[in-house]
Amino acid sequence: MSATSTTCRVKDRGSLLGINTRLLRRRMFDILGWGFCSLAFLLLGSAMVSIFLTVLIRGIGALSLQVVTHVTSGTSGGLLNAIEGTLVLAVGGVLLAVPPGLAAGIYLSMFDTGALAPTIRFLSDVLVGVPSIVIGYFGYITMVVSLGWQFSAAAGSLALAIICMPYICRTSEMAINQVPRGVRESAYALGAGDGRVAMGICVRMALPGIITGILLALAISVGETAPLLYTAGWSNYMWNGHLIREPIGYLTYAIWAFITEPFSSAHALAYAAALFIILFILAISMLSRMVIAGRGNVIFGGKKV
Amino acid sequence: MDRTRPNICESLAGSMRAGKRPFSAAVAHWIKGAWSVPSTLARFVGGVFNFRRITAMLGSLVAASLAAIVLFLTVYAWPALRLNGLVFLVHNGWNLGSLYGNPVTVGGQQILPGAQYGILFLIVGTLLSTLIAISIAVPVGVGAAVFLAEGAPPYLRQWLSFFVELLAAIPSVVYGLWGYVVMIPYLGHHLFPFLSKWLAFMPFFAGPSGSGYGLLTAGLVLTLMIVPLITATLRDALVSQPAKLREGAMALGATRFETVRKVLLPGVGRVFVGSTILATGRALGETMAVLMVSGNALNYLPGNIYSPISTMASFIVSQLDSSLQDPTGMAVRSLAEVALVLCLLSIFINAMARVLLHYDGKLNVRTK
Repeated sequence: MSATSTTCRVKDRGSLLGINTRLLRRRMFDILGWGFCSLAFLLLGSAMVSIFLTVLIRGIGALSLQVVTHVTSGTSGGLLNAIEGTLVLAVGGVLLAVPPGLAAGIYLSMFDTGALAPTIRFLSDVLVGVPSIVIGYFGYITMVVSLGWQFSAAAGSLALAIICMPYICRTSEMAINQVPRGVRESAYALGAGDGRVAMGICVRMALPGIITGILLALAISVGETAPLLYTAGWSNYMWNGHLIREPIGYLTYAIWAFITEPFSSAHALAYAAALFIILFILAISMLSRMVIAGRGNVIFGGKKV
Repeated sequence: MDRTRPNICESLAGSMRAGKRPFSAAVAHWIKGAWSVPSTLARFVGGVFNFRRITAMLGSLVAASLAAIVLFLTVYAWPALRLNGLVFLVHNGWNLGSLYGNPVTVGGQQILPGAQYGILFLIVGTLLSTLIAISIAVPVGVGAAVFLAEGAPPYLRQWLSFFVELLAAIPSVVYGLWGYVVMIPYLGHHLFPFLSKWLAFMPFFAGPSGSGYGLLTAGLVLTLMIVPLITATLRDALVSQPAKLREGAMALGATRFETVRKVLLPGVGRVFVGSTILATGRALGETMAVLMVSGNALNYLPGNIYSPISTMASFIVSQLDSSLQDPTGMAVRSLAEVALVLCLLSIFINAMARVLLHYDGKLNVRTK
């Protein structure tokens, strides 16, 4: 016992040329540790700056009026068809995903009594991790081939909806969980039914969180490529409003397909498409930040949660 | 729903009893009572399909879609599953057969002569690129998270964290674009020749350095895609550690880094393991970025770290067009089998992560 404590003390007071070596070692370790952490962040940050600068500089260089006023013709022209298609597919996907996603969120947060809620929660979390190309292929064999919809806006939107649902479910469950229990109980005590408590009280109070989740889902569906390649197809023309049997263009396809072409006009379209996607996602991120930070002050007329 | 509304009989009886009441009032009362038919109906329907049940049914769609994905992929891939058997996973060779030959019948299935389907090269490519990505992403991700949570100047933390979250929101096709136009020329012309010259003594680093498309490039792009996931999750967990832990460690004389390493990081161990597993799942299933930088090798097992590869996810995209040329449809069904294998793999990994995290409903682990 005493031997151990002696060694400890000796180690503690170890000194070299009058310097406390243990303290020195700890200091060194501290500096090395922070150095490593800063380096790690620097690596991440520089990659990020490089990505943003590449897209911004080359994207702005590729911009022209033609890009937003013309449709694609071969590997040149504009991106109007793709911009329209991206909006149609993403908004369609999110609109389809909101009812089941929000309902699941409400159910998980408010009626978590039986075995159904944990099952939904678990499967929804597993669904988040299913690769998007698998969902795309599922859409291909079911909707495009078996149902005979061919490449179409409906198939693309449904594939995106499957991807968005678990996110909306998750975020709305967490947002509704934030509503104080007492508020819910008071509403029930006043005689309100399930529907009124859920829609009138909980969803209303949790609206900023739910909106953030929906914006997140919108950002995800705008950026997705893999699930659309074999469900939405690609089209050089403006969408004619048909939900099935009519392929539709989208921006992420333009990035993937045109950057590998040898022509500079194709490259310009790819960079412009990447710029639009990045700007859109940046705008959505800012917006959702504002919704969270302002708790709705900015957008929802000052309703404090 | 207004439960005080009278029904038809009550309202008629009421209007007759109240003799003084003008006729118009009686009619108005009767009309009000007539509403009770739809309202009774509504009450009945509402009793069966009450709000709770409606949310349960709609919400079940989320879970049902996962079941539908597995079910329909299995049904569609069934002929291929029977034809290929388990050898599918360990046999190397994806060959559509002679597209102009007459289909032959093998084991009750019509296939093209010479067709064979084995995806060993896909499994090797997927696992190796994920391995590279995870082994770089874990130290970098943890380091960056510690920097963001504890190291960075306080007034910068919020902004830097927002930056990292943006990085997590960038679509994979943009990473692919960046890898294609920025990384590949640099890696192929400068870094890879350098590495293969100076690290030739290490296994897998020697040999031809290739064109820049390949295993290491795919691994590096995947690394960049999953680091933000690990960093953002871990940063949130570190920030939400109680301040008392930090203060206590400091009071005992620990340096700031010792506080992080010995007090804060052990506290977020489970989050770390969970987010790493989920990031692994993401790397396994990543499609577009890998498709654009991996070289899309076919039936080729990587000889060194610069060799072109394919992953299961990118192979599905790159091969569907040519698989459609197979008139027997077996190639498309075999691709469905690849999708099924990938799907089950990612389900397994995600389920494992959730179980490992003890399925804590409040934990916010990012996967995208």
